Amino acid sequence: MVSLQPLTALGRREATTVTQGPLSITERSDVALASVAVRKGRGTDLAKAAEKADIPLPGPATHQPGTPYSAFWITPEMWFVEAPYASHELIADLLKHALGDAASITEQTDAWVAFDLTAPDLAPLLERLCNVDYAAQPEGYATRTVMDHLGVYLIKHGRGSARIYGPRSSAESLLHAIETAAHSVW
Amino acid sequence: MTQSHRIDAKLGGGQIDRTKTLRFTFDGLPYQGHPGDTLASALLANGVRLMGRSFKYHRPRGPLSAGSEEPNALVELRTGARQEPNTRATVVELFDGLTANSQNRWPSLRFDAMGINDKLSAFFAAGFYYKTFMWPKSFWEKLYEPIIRRAAGLGSVTREEDPDEYDKGFLHCDLLVIGAGPAGLMAALTAGRAGKRVILADEDFRMGGRLNAETYAVGDVPGADWAAASVAELATMPNVRLMTRTTVMGAFDHGIYGAVERVADHLPTPAKGKPRQSLWRIYSGRAILAAGATERPIAFENNDRPGILLAGALRAYANRWGVKVGERVAIFTNNDDGLRSALDLQAKGVDVVAVIDSRQGGSLLPGIRHLQGAEVIDTSGKLGLASIAVRQANGRSENIAIDALGVSGGWNPNVNIHSHHRSRPVYDPGIAAFIPGSDGPPGLLVAGAAAGQMSTHAALKTGRDAAVAALELSRSPDLPEAEDMPIRITPLWHVAHGKGRAWIDQQNDVTVKDVKLAHQENFTSVEHLKRYTTLGMATDQGKTGNVIGLAVMAELTGRSIPETGTTIYRPPYTPVALGALAGRSRGREFRPFRLTPSHHWAREQGAVFVEVGNWLRTQWIPKPGETEWRQSVDREVLATRKSVGICDVTTLGKIDIQGTDAGAFLDRVYANTFSTLPVGKCRYGLMLREDGIVFDDGTTARMGEHEYVMTTTTANAVTVFRHLEFCRQCLWPEMDVQLISTTEAWAQFSVAGPNARKLLEKIVDQDISDAAFPYMGAGNITVCGGLRARLFRISFSGELAYEIAVPTRYGDALLREMLARGAEYDPVVYGTEALGVMRVEKGHVAGGELNGQSTALNMGLGRMVSKKKDSIGMVLSQREGLTDENGYRLVGVKPVDPNGKLTAGSHFLEKGAAPVAANDGGWLTSKVYSPHLGHDIALGYLKAGDKKIGQRMRIVNLLSGLDTEVEIVSPHMFDPEGERLRG
Repeated sequence: MVSLQPLTALGRREATTVTQGPLSITERSDVALASVAVRKGRGTDLAKAAEKADIPLPGPATHQPGTPYSAFWITPEMWFVEAPYASHELIADLLKHALGDAASITEQTDAWVAFDLTAPDLAPLLERLCNVDYAAQPEGYATRTVMDHLGVYLIKHGRGSARIYGPRSSAESLLHAIETAAHSVW
Repeated sequence: MTQSHRIDAKLGGGQIDRTKTLRFTFDGLPYQGHPGDTLASALLANGVRLMGRSFKYHRPRGPLSAGSEEPNALVELRTGARQEPNTRATVVELFDGLTANSQNRWPSLRFDAMGINDKLSAFFAAGFYYKTFMWPKSFWEKLYEPIIRRAAGLGSVTREEDPDEYDKGFLHCDLLVIGAGPAGLMAALTAGRAGKRVILADEDFRMGGRLNAETYAVGDVPGADWAAASVAELATMPNVRLMTRTTVMGAFDHGIYGAVERVADHLPTPAKGKPRQSLWRIYSGRAILAAGATERPIAFENNDRPGILLAGALRAYANRWGVKVGERVAIFTNNDDGLRSALDLQAKGVDVVAVIDSRQGGSLLPGIRHLQGAEVIDTSGKLGLASIAVRQANGRSENIAIDALGVSGGWNPNVNIHSHHRSRPVYDPGIAAFIPGSDGPPGLLVAGAAAGQMSTHAALKTGRDAAVAALELSRSPDLPEAEDMPIRITPLWHVAHGKGRAWIDQQNDVTVKDVKLAHQENFTSVEHLKRYTTLGMATDQGKTGNVIGLAVMAELTGRSIPETGTTIYRPPYTPVALGALAGRSRGREFRPFRLTPSHHWAREQGAVFVEVGNWLRTQWIPKPGETEWRQSVDREVLATRKSVGICDVTTLGKIDIQGTDAGAFLDRVYANTFSTLPVGKCRYGLMLREDGIVFDDGTTARMGEHEYVMTTTTANAVTVFRHLEFCRQCLWPEMDVQLISTTEAWAQFSVAGPNARKLLEKIVDQDISDAAFPYMGAGNITVCGGLRARLFRISFSGELAYEIAVPTRYGDALLREMLARGAEYDPVVYGTEALGVMRVEKGHVAGGELNGQSTALNMGLGRMVSKKKDSIGMVLSQREGLTDENGYRLVGVKPVDPNGKLTAGSHFLEKGAAPVAANDGGWLTSKVYSPHLGHDIALGYLKAGDKKIGQRMRIVNLLSGLDTEVEIVSPHMFDPEGERLRG
């Protein structure tokens, strides 16, 4: 039994939700994350292993949900795979077991802060944060972009539902940027 | 004050809400206006024509225009921290409580002592200060320039911090329509009805453009009503975004346009948390420039008095704002549009006493004294127009008493944005103006008056057609009926008469005489003309003056206007507040911060933080009784060397490198070899640039057969990762290597000191004895009952030391746990200053030595560059110039007198040598006070330094006056045998 008490990226014991008008910003510390990159020439092997293990490896600019594994494309032949932290804290080991040596796998859980945003329509907020044409993108769109000088991943789950992965060390700055942009809108 | 110059509502109410009254002040006097007014229209309604003083001569000035081209009516708006200079009264939307003051005058607008400049104008011609203030040379900076700057100027800037917020954002559309006049509205309707995503932006607070200022019909309704109905239809379309108060200020690369939205400038203050302005970056597949046209004046003597306006502006004030600028008005024109102004004013009950038409022939206006072939040759009136002198066709002169004169010299298409990519406009003699060239920004079409299509019908048609062409639409909507009058103009640029001054660029006080002087002194090219006279260099970019100046130069040189050339425009179209460009990146929010895993703990302890890139690192942690930083740092160093110290080193870059070629990849990017490194071990690595200079250093551990973890310096974490990606993707794509940063994924702490192992043994679940975990060992472990962690036995301090890493969420807890469980060893947490002291004591290189100019040889690490393999930088590191045996070498330095002081940046000199560059032996790169040794110590690069160990030299710093005798020693100044390290 580990005796250490973790902190969320915002430095709190529990993940919290901030609201501004109709917008909710929820820190998600319950998501395990790992990168999966194809070893040279092993794309077919990886695809087979992933299919067998029910690990989605979607195409460019796409997030594919699943249980327990969801995934989004981050660069050619590389994905971030998500899973519930409670059951998949050791996500890198679990993925290595499932995918074998066809992929290079690295734990990324604590490299990022995840914020889930919900509002009736997020486009007016996101147009003040990044250059993504949110309204025009389909559900399941995933992209790398920049918010407040920070490189982030933006995943569109719906018109009013999105997740942002930002650098963990800048969690407070990123939240502040989202909140101030929200003040401009609502 | 009553609104004495407001036209009776029965004659047409204008587009103001007369049922509501707004109160405002100008130069401390109270006035009233209505919603829909601009500051200029409201002042004119109150009979105020005098609104400013000119830039150089301090001439009395009133508004020339009714739009954003205004050169004269510049005011300081608001007070206190929100005071904004150089605001154009013609575009300021009136609000209740507005406060404005005139600027560039003393002591008052009506009596301006600097008006003496006007009397001395003969001395102030173009280029006067280049010629006049030449000697003595030293007077320029201290005397002449301050006086000139005070005498010639615009408004003053508040010294208080701007209290408002500014937003930035990004918009996307299929079609951006710039300008919401008839062309822009028709383009937006065409695209909007076709279901395309449209942004329609207009700088005005009311869409409709010139239709709001005219009386003619579009379809079967007045043009303004058609505009309002069109806007209402567009507002119902979810695919159309209407942006009033939004100036598209520039066309940039790749279909990107910049736009400033004045979100709250029409309010006394922005709502709490809301921005004052937003700077939008608009990404548009196609754009249509429908920015209309700007009327230009005619230059004649004393053509700048308050009350002399553009004829179209007189018409606009009457039609849109219900304001008659004067009781007795005349029009001076060279084209039919001036006649339209006369008729509109007459219809509003204004006494139009004469129309001075420079053209001969044609039909005469009914019911108005229409003087054909006549010219205005002079004006009079101290603070405003009182009369004009007219030279009639038969040569006779006549004075006519009037208080307002409308001047129309023709209309210039607003080509500005079309030339932002250096497209040169072309001269169209049919309208005597420049129209857009054919090489504008890709994807930008031009419609309406901006394209030289001056009639309403032409505007509607070209707007529609541009939208159809831009979006390749299959259907083209019908057009409403509208006037389609031809342009009838006989160019007249300036009236040749007398020796007085005739203004061309009213904001910069450039006259016909100045252009003549430029010609006389052979500054005849357009670009020279501009710089010699300052024509077009004011905040209005010469919107009303440039073409006239060009035409006058053409006359003087005997060339045609096209032969003379043209000027192009740069962004921004109109002035942009610096706050809008800065957005939220100011003060504490200039850039985001990165917080270390121990930040919250350190803040509880009262730590002093230092910015390292975006990171906030603990610099030192003061304890009670410590009054200055050295006390804290000395304590942290001594405690670490005595027992154990802990330092958060999470900021060091960490890169996960995997793949079957990972080892071979590292052999190529590092100067030394890594493919032979056993699993479970780590090694110090040196990375060179292509040119052989040291790029970065750090420790890389082999965690598995095909898995390495590289650490980089904090400063180079991003650049090294980028470099590795370049190598992987571009140089050696055949290699099986995968990279990803894990800098933030792991909280990493250095645990150093004689008791480091004992402390860690209370944390780590496995055996970490010297035998089980020897020097330079690395491996995956668990801590505190099973938490996955990594341990590296490496040292930057020269002590027995480890770096221990856990998932970042546990970093704070791990630190607290180490301090609690290891309390018997009295552990100290040390910051970057103590870290620096210990690494200098040990002679480890860091930022001061990794300066982008130094080689491995310079650092005493030349043998690390393996010749047994190829690696980036290896070959070029062998260049003759970099391998000089008497070149710079890293040395340690200590003062001969223990009280002697050293400073980084000081230079080595031989004893007795003069402090000149020829005698320079090198420089100190890093300096600290060593509490162990009891004196300053330093590292430095010294020529042939390795041969000078034990010698005495001087350290000289001419800036601080330092001249200290020192002894050159080995860089390893503390525990040179490394016994503590391996303990």
